[in-house]
Amino acid sequence: MNKPLLSARGLRKRFGAVVAADDISIDIPAGQRLSVIGSNGAGKTTFVNMVTGYLKPDAGQILLNEHDITHLSHQSIAGMGICRSFQIPMLCLELTALENLLVAVAASGNRQSLWQPADRPAARERAQALLEKFQLQAYANRPVMQLAGGVRKLLDIAMALARRPKLLLLDEPTSGVSADEKFPTMERVMGAMQDEAVTILFVEHDMEIVANFSERVIAFYSGRVIADSSPAEVMANQDVRNYVTGGAQ
Amino acid sequence: MSATKSFQMAVVAAVVLLLAGLLAPTWLQFLVTMSASNGLAVLGIVVLMRGGGATFGQGMFFALGAYAAALAPTLLGVQDAVLRILLGTLVAGLIGAICAPLLVRYRGIFFAMLTLALSMVMFGLLSKSSALGGSDGINIVKPTVLGMALHSGNAEYVLYCLTVIVSVAAGWLVSVYWNSAAGLMALAVRGNPLRVEYLGASARRSLGTSFVICALLGGASGSITAQALGHVEPNFANWTTSGELVFVAVLAGYRRVPAVFAASLLLEIVRSFSNLYFPNTWQLALGTFMLLVIMFRPEGLGSLWPASGRRKVEPALAVPSVTGGQS
Repeated sequence: MNKPLLSARGLRKRFGAVVAADDISIDIPAGQRLSVIGSNGAGKTTFVNMVTGYLKPDAGQILLNEHDITHLSHQSIAGMGICRSFQIPMLCLELTALENLLVAVAASGNRQSLWQPADRPAARERAQALLEKFQLQAYANRPVMQLAGGVRKLLDIAMALARRPKLLLLDEPTSGVSADEKFPTMERVMGAMQDEAVTILFVEHDMEIVANFSERVIAFYSGRVIADSSPAEVMANQDVRNYVTGGAQ
Repeated sequence: MSATKSFQMAVVAAVVLLLAGLLAPTWLQFLVTMSASNGLAVLGIVVLMRGGGATFGQGMFFALGAYAAALAPTLLGVQDAVLRILLGTLVAGLIGAICAPLLVRYRGIFFAMLTLALSMVMFGLLSKSSALGGSDGINIVKPTVLGMALHSGNAEYVLYCLTVIVSVAAGWLVSVYWNSAAGLMALAVRGNPLRVEYLGASARRSLGTSFVICALLGGASGSITAQALGHVEPNFANWTTSGELVFVAVLAGYRRVPAVFAASLLLEIVRSFSNLYFPNTWQLALGTFMLLVIMFRPEGLGSLWPASGRRKVEPALAVPSVTGGQS
């Protein structure tokens, strides 16, 4: 079996009396598309925050390509190839969509490139390519504060992709999007990832999205992994039906 | 705007100002020298503002540059004004680089209060140090400029020229920085530092860079001002000096380099004429003016300039599928 891209071993995290992660061990092979499900407070976002370095586990280890990244800063972890988008898009509201992407491209360059013009051809090309991938060209020169929530969401994901990460974590990519628009949004996101050699983990509440866009599903409950298998098997799992989906097929 | 085009504009501006100086009376040359010199310190504050920091202690770097220029002839035998400016700039930059790692760990009001604390420590040290003239300060030996001795007939104009050249060059360099990836990153750090770090860049390093540039410009400003006045005193590091520089920075806003020098000139003109005609109430007029600017031009005088390329707002677009119908 191939060595996993990311390996979480025995992660534990408490916030006072609340157990957010209780002995979580997950291996993620390269190239996989997996989703994380669970009710509110199940520990999904805590897991994402630990993998991206925003939270440090009380115990356990996180390995990226067998390198221990448990105690690295979120900045260093991003530099090593784990990037993320956020449930509430984290953008620079004053800047335009294109400028936000130019910032993301600049952040992925070396220190010397920081002193070159922000819109040098290579950077602009990469930023434009990302806009095209997510079909956001029409918004390129508009300040983010003027953009709709769905566009911001896509832009947030595009920024995370600018570095060409090995592992991309999407925290609820369709939250705040109307029921009719969820599928097209997700299709647009997955379509944009097609040419990128990126492993994708997304946190999601919509079981139809989970079933259609992931190869593997990990279900969390009360800080523990209660199921980890194919979408069909996880949806059929009695614990998942009891604690997560409430009987949804 | 490309660096080449902005350089051409800077050269044109410098030539026009140098020629205009020939026609200007001595008092006006001095007024412009002082305003451009102060404008450099303000430009530093604006660079920092744009990078997500705020300083109430620019007086420290202003004083460092001034004292370095004042002590250069006696301690190092440096007579040349250009070398003194370079020395003042480097000393302030060096101290800025030493302070930066401590300061960038803080944000907002904490960052600003720490800069104020540092400048007040410097004010105290300068006031109590008899070797540096104590609270009376020290006089500065009249400099030479590139080997040319200054006398009462040419001193004002030569210093005016030097100040214009340094200010225009600094303004151009700052505009190049603002247009660079590092400059855009600084703007992003101002807006969302956590996001910048999640992209793999260091918000602290970006803020530190802005702070060191702020210090360099403060030092250059202090060394020019000291040579124009012929005297330095601890008051350069006092909070009142820093407050006045912040006042001009808020007046200018952080969008445009020329706005900084325009705001500085405006303050100098108001101060000069108000001191003459209503010496006891001019600060009241200035305060009222500031309130009006904050109310009607919260982004400062820079927002009066024509929109730059990056700020073109297009008409509303029809919202396509996927992007509409949501929060």
